[in-house]
Amino acid sequence: MSALTKPVTEHDHIEGSADAPVTLVEYGDYECPHCGAAHPVVQELLRRAGNRVRFVFRNFPLAEIHPHAQLAAEAAEAAGAQGQFWKMHDTLLTHQNALGSVHLKQYAGHLGIDVDQFTEALTAHSFQHRVREDFMSGVRSGVNGTPSFFINGARYDGPAVLEMMLSAIEEAAA
Amino acid sequence: MDSTTTPGALRAGTVAPDFHLPSTPDQRVSLKEFRGRPVILVFYPADWSPVCGDQTALYNELLGEFGKFGAEMLGISVDGSWCHLAFAHDRKLKFPLLSDFEPKGEVARSYGVYRAQDGFTERALFVIDSEGVIRWSYVSPVGVNPGADGILAALEALPQQGAK
Repeated sequence: MSALTKPVTEHDHIEGSADAPVTLVEYGDYECPHCGAAHPVVQELLRRAGNRVRFVFRNFPLAEIHPHAQLAAEAAEAAGAQGQFWKMHDTLLTHQNALGSVHLKQYAGHLGIDVDQFTEALTAHSFQHRVREDFMSGVRSGVNGTPSFFINGARYDGPAVLEMMLSAIEEAAA
Repeated sequence: MDSTTTPGALRAGTVAPDFHLPSTPDQRVSLKEFRGRPVILVFYPADWSPVCGDQTALYNELLGEFGKFGAEMLGISVDGSWCHLAFAHDRKLKFPLLSDFEPKGEVARSYGVYRAQDGFTERALFVIDSEGVIRWSYVSPVGVNPGADGILAALEALPQQGAK
């Protein structure tokens, strides 16, 4: 059974209450259609599970098959540096067919962040290393495709279906 | 990851059987050409099947990591070399795919990972050291992508090159 090798720290992007009994970690790729399909499932799950679960997203771009995935991941990080990781994350996962650099800058503009600073970070690939760190921590944890989920550190191998994920989370919370 | 090999798969400590398989329609590759470097052998059931696609895509991203150990990766299935060529081109694969096509599955049999009832190979991984000895093997359920954590751990466990 594969397990999360890199513990969740304040370095991660975390949504939800810090003292939630359950931590759900997703390794995902912004250009992966399965991640796009899982996105509303995760959102609904977080809404239903309330303060019993916190959610962590880590980057796992399969750049050779998804040519926009790496820069999209860096864009989410660059927005994160300006405090808007989750809004960019949601935008990317709901606009998977428009992830070119022009689109990324548009999204940054819509979020009201400093677009020059954002563009500079993309051009300089300031977050390339951070994205690769996420990727390699996923590889070491047995991530074999996207999305891959871990519930309290154990890999969740079931489908990304709301009821099944909810019951796995309730089980972990019990 | 546990080394949960099926009873048939060759285990750590066994000399890796040599082979001489087509890597393209007009070229062949032998295992012994790689002596002096670790080799990662990836047996997979078929080009184009969805799980294989994810598995090869993942390994394609990690060739640089395997390269840090001086290791070469070779994919092997019973598909013909024209099929491999199309698959590798479509997925932009940067490691060779070898055709265990004629006699069908002969190399897979020699490694104990041929599924005679299905006519294709197990989804199996072997890490072979620079002396040509198997140091780690793993057989995954056919429908499950085994990931890369086991390969990296096995490469790390190899004696360092030049340390002796």
